[in-house]
Amino acid sequence: MELTNGMVMGASLSDTLANMWNAIANSSFFEVTLRLFEGLFTTVELFVLTLLFSLPLGLIICFGSRCKFTPLRYVVKTIVWIVRGSPLMLQILVVYYGPGLLFGWDLLPRFTAALVTFVINYACYFSEIYRGGIQSIPRGQYEAGQVLGMTKWQVFSKVVLLQLIKRIVPPMGNEFITLVKDTALVRVISVYEIIWMGESFIKKGMMWPLFYTAVFYLVFNGLLTLALGYFEKKLDYFKS
Amino acid sequence: MPILQVKNIQKSFGAVNVLKGIDFSLEQGKVLSIIGSSGSGKTTLLRCLTSLETADTGCVEIDGKVVFDSESTVKLTRQEKRENQLKMGLVFQSFNLFPQYNVLDNVMLAQQLAAKDRLDYKAKKQEILAEIEEHSRQIIDSVGLSDKLQNYPCELSGGQQQRVAIARALALNPKILCFDEPTSALDPELTHEVLAVIKELATRNMTMIIVTHEMTFAKEVSDQVIFMDDGVICEQGTPEQVFDSPQNQRLQEFLGSFQK
Repeated sequence: MELTNGMVMGASLSDTLANMWNAIANSSFFEVTLRLFEGLFTTVELFVLTLLFSLPLGLIICFGSRCKFTPLRYVVKTIVWIVRGSPLMLQILVVYYGPGLLFGWDLLPRFTAALVTFVINYACYFSEIYRGGIQSIPRGQYEAGQVLGMTKWQVFSKVVLLQLIKRIVPPMGNEFITLVKDTALVRVISVYEIIWMGESFIKKGMMWPLFYTAVFYLVFNGLLTLALGYFEKKLDYFKS
Repeated sequence: MPILQVKNIQKSFGAVNVLKGIDFSLEQGKVLSIIGSSGSGKTTLLRCLTSLETADTGCVEIDGKVVFDSESTVKLTRQEKRENQLKMGLVFQSFNLFPQYNVLDNVMLAQQLAAKDRLDYKAKKQEILAEIEEHSRQIIDSVGLSDKLQNYPCELSGGQQQRVAIARALALNPKILCFDEPTSALDPELTHEVLAVIKELATRNMTMIIVTHEMTFAKEVSDQVIFMDDGVICEQGTPEQVFDSPQNQRLQEFLGSFQK
């Protein structure tokens, strides 16, 4: 009795596996994967370009928010408040539709609008991380530089910067990982990133490609985590 | 003529009057110790002399040249500011070495940056850099750390770090080298090795101003001692005068607390 039962179960398990394989093959697993890779390309492009522009821009914003000239400091702090205080998805819509609605300008290309929004948004977050990092550098480092006759810029670039980078790698890593996932928001203006691609299969009655997109994010963030860990290790040769 | 002339230095932080008019002078090649309890204004005085703080009033003259004058309205150029700054070296209580550079680079960095302003830098870059390295190696050798050239500050003891800091300050050939409680962060053993370096400098006639709580050391190494209390100089003189026959009552109390 038990034996037959087991055999029945075994048969049904292998049936299930066979069915699943057929389902995957028939529902063109490879086609889906290919489409998602297409989406991944857009995601990676957005990720890389956002970092490329927002990392330096964030430093400039940081200097602005620490500026001794009060009006400028307040303007910068207000911008940071607005950008950090409102949903990124809304910001994407505003950047994409806003200029057209307000001034009747032509719409920006979708990807450009998304990129501009991300650069501004992330630069504001980065500026606060830089600010925290700069404030955590002991004053003695600046003073040592000063009594050795260095200019303010030399003290920053030669003494403070690398210590700053070392200190901000962990919080920056957090932001990088959030950025990978935030790229999914650009589908509100129909930029074809991974989620959009995955979702497009729902029309064809396939739900699983949407969930399958998670694998792409997990692998991407996994590699990113490894890279950040490697970078952190590289800076381990000194303590500050 | 004295190498350093300090006149009527006053400094307040908000309502707190930290320095209430400091006057003194120091001869070339002499060692001046500044003693006094915490909060008496010793460190602030040193910071005013090294331009880390700007005094409210007063004037500082080094080697016959005015480097600070609260009355002056002349705007100094970057180059002039740097020249004035470099007349004074400063060694900090907390060393403040640059953690990402090894010993040699810590000592060379400021010199390399200064060299970039030289007119002949582009033409003789290799030569100039080689010179800087040779000079730095010699100075590190003189503080007894030639076997630590490639080590990073985190790999050194506190005493070694402070000796690197001294080398770093010396490398810029300051007219006067100031020490702000150079051994306060060190245990007695490490204190000894740092004080030995300072003594060695004294025998080579380096002009120095030392803010310290090491009374025995101050007595031994100084040519001149200043006792400060509550933002004023209460007593000054030779170490014998100040330590052996103090006149001022506060100074007597202060020294008494060390004998207990």
